[in-house]
Amino acid sequence: MMPELGDYAAEVLSAYAASLLLLVALVGLSLRRSRKVRAQLDAVEARRKDAP
Amino acid sequence: MSIWEYANPKKFIATSTPLVPWVMGLAVAGLVVGLVWGFFFTPDDYRQGSTVKIIYLHVPAALMAINAWFMMLVASLIWLVRRHHVSALAARAAAPIGVVMTLIALLTGAIWGQPMWGTWWAWDPRLTSFLILFLFYLGYIALWEAIDDPDTAADLTSVLCIVGSVFAVLSRYAVRFWNQGLHQGTSVPVATGGRTVDDVFFVPLVICMVAFGLLFVGLVLIRTTTEIRARRMRALEARMRR
Repeated sequence: MMPELGDYAAEVLSAYAASLLLLVALVGLSLRRSRKVRAQLDAVEARRKDAP
Repeated sequence: MSIWEYANPKKFIATSTPLVPWVMGLAVAGLVVGLVWGFFFTPDDYRQGSTVKIIYLHVPAALMAINAWFMMLVASLIWLVRRHHVSALAARAAAPIGVVMTLIALLTGAIWGQPMWGTWWAWDPRLTSFLILFLFYLGYIALWEAIDDPDTAADLTSVLCIVGSVFAVLSRYAVRFWNQGLHQGTSVPVATGGRTVDDVFFVPLVICMVAFGLLFVGLVLIRTTTEIRARRMRALEARMRR
């Protein structure tokens, strides 16, 4: 299944590995921060409601 | 209905939240189809060999690196003229995506350049302007982080964005402005319609370009929503401290 990459296998594979790693990290960190900020905002709004 | 309604943070979040899964789903599907097609089912180029497969990452990333800055420019101008907070936050949200796109373009370009040009790097007009664009992205993010007052930060980063646009333009047109350097000319000229890429490479390349575009839109929506919530949280905390 793996295509024959010839003399440039290391270059092609490292380009794909580095790019996909960066894209996955970008998406993962964006989603993680989104969830974290949402939870923090919910907590602040709850505290505000409870405040006298 | 006016487009400025979406400058309302609540309206923006209510509209973008249901869109995100669709946009991100299409982006991931497009990336899988485009990259699998390009990697497994396209032949080697007669001169570049298998390194031609790097274009499915390099070209879309470079395209989005420049387009992200232009999106930030438009959002910054809207902030400066109309003072809509959502537009300033959208520009802020897009910057880290632009950094990653620029980094992918620089890295894949260097990895491709070593066997094809015999060097990882050359002070070629396009490469140099891309490196400067990358530094502008870092400076833009650092400026946002360095200023406490959000409106002042939005003002100053907007000015920086306008200045950096010179390098975004140069990144795109450097090959045409200076007919020198190692980097080849535009392979898919939009204005003239003529292209030097064969169909066998072009179709998966276009799929990857569309997928990178959708990924950018999806991530901007997610990150802008996050920035809106973070801003509201800071405002509420400041109000509660008083």
